Amino acid sequence: MTRLSKLDRLIAVLALGLMAIVAWPDISQAQQINPTAESVTEDALMEALGGDAQVQGRISIPDELASGLIKPGNSGWADTHGGPVRTANFIAVVGMLAVLVLFYLIRGRIRIDSGPSNQRIQRFGALERFGHWLMAVSFIVLALTGLNLVFGRAVILPLFGEAAFGTLSAWGKLAHNYMSFAFMLGLVMTFSLWVVHNFPDKVDANWLRHGGGLFKKGVHPPAKKFNAGQKGIFWSVTIGGAALSFTGVMLLFPELAGSEANWQLNQIIHGLVAAVLTAVIIAHIYIGSVGMEGAFDAMASGEVDLNWAKEHHSIWVEDVQGKQAQSDDGTAPRPGTQPAE
Amino acid sequence: MARMKFLCDADRCIECNACVTACKNEHEVPWGINRRRVVTINDGLPGERSVSMACMHCTDAPCAAVCPVDCFYTTDDAVVLHSKDTCIGCGYCFYACPFGAPQYPRVGNFGTRGKMDKCTYCAGGPEADLTEAEYVKYGANRLAEGKLPLCAEMCSTKSLLAGDGDIIADIYRERVVTRGYGSGAWGWRSAYGETIAV
Repeated sequence: MTRLSKLDRLIAVLALGLMAIVAWPDISQAQQINPTAESVTEDALMEALGGDAQVQGRISIPDELASGLIKPGNSGWADTHGGPVRTANFIAVVGMLAVLVLFYLIRGRIRIDSGPSNQRIQRFGALERFGHWLMAVSFIVLALTGLNLVFGRAVILPLFGEAAFGTLSAWGKLAHNYMSFAFMLGLVMTFSLWVVHNFPDKVDANWLRHGGGLFKKGVHPPAKKFNAGQKGIFWSVTIGGAALSFTGVMLLFPELAGSEANWQLNQIIHGLVAAVLTAVIIAHIYIGSVGMEGAFDAMASGEVDLNWAKEHHSIWVEDVQGKQAQSDDGTAPRPGTQPAE
Repeated sequence: MARMKFLCDADRCIECNACVTACKNEHEVPWGINRRRVVTINDGLPGERSVSMACMHCTDAPCAAVCPVDCFYTTDDAVVLHSKDTCIGCGYCFYACPFGAPQYPRVGNFGTRGKMDKCTYCAGGPEADLTEAEYVKYGANRLAEGKLPLCAEMCSTKSLLAGDGDIIADIYRERVVTRGYGSGAWGWRSAYGETIAV
């Protein structure tokens, strides 16, 4: 026992001695460090963090956001916003206007081939039109005020001067912020009312094969309540509108977006999606007003000319007239008396 | 004309925050807004350094590039200023700025941003020099009085330097050579596209 414990003690002493020898050079090294000269340098910090990361520290004022010291990545967003996003918006808007002018010059206004019939048929109810115009009016305001943020300083500022342009843009910002909620409501309304009519089917394939009859007089491929072109608009507005709504809310409430990089990403998506959707809507406005005789009635009074409906939505007209005939005959039960499914 | 710059010699900064306080007092900056701040890097570790940071008055300022209403302008002294009459408080300049300089007062019910406020290099704004209107919107105009920014002027360790870029770069270079080390001209590469070679 005693021999064993002596051996133990010897090992312990040896181990301690060994540790001291290992630790000794460390202590002497520490004494050689000059705490003043051993400073963190900006260059080394930037390199260690990589290009886009920010130099972060501690701050004593009660604003955590202010603790980011240098954020070199921010100039990347600035370049993207002032470069590609601006260019995309220019190409989308001016390009689409040019295409439409060209289309009008070549094709002219699309007339009702068989002439107006003076018979009307109900196409959109009051709720559908309310949803549409709620979204339409708010979208136009949002698009114009949004485009003002991108092109205003190049187009409107030289025309009206700094004071007028500043006031206009300040009101534009308020309009953009608050009208967005009307747009989102309209988006939800039109989506719920029309989604059942907008699933693609075989009729659409045929419609697209004939170019929708857009490019040739007298060609009218059959279509249901919405043809493939309108379905395209519906899904563009639904998906684009949802993307704009989501990113827009992030921009409006930066705390929700989280980091600054997230906000910047949302802003770029917002700008690019807005460019595409604005181009789509310009085409939609054209074909719904100047571009086609009889089309505007659908969203104005809600009633369209029967011949127009037969030419552009033949299957839908047959459906509606068939139902009417049935209910007039009394062969089918009235909607109100239908048992709940 | 001089090309005005800021330079914080982080090896001298003692994080006393006097520059922050002096700035707030000189310009009567509203509550919640700090035109200048001190950030401590590597806090509590060997090589800890504090840096006083405000608007660096960049060459080709990114804030001016993204501003939708083009309210920024650069003076003959290369100071980047803006017009609060034109500013719409959109916040773009904050996300473009590499230094977090733009600040916004909270106005309205939903935390809406008010008109942007930032360091003016003690050079006022677009209003006529040394007028009441200029003071209310932008604070004091010391440059018009022939003085340099107060934050740098009253820095107790002369860590924060303000003045012509070439002159303050020379001062910094001399310091680094004399003492044998320097943590760099913080922010210069991002702001001016160049740093001080020693």
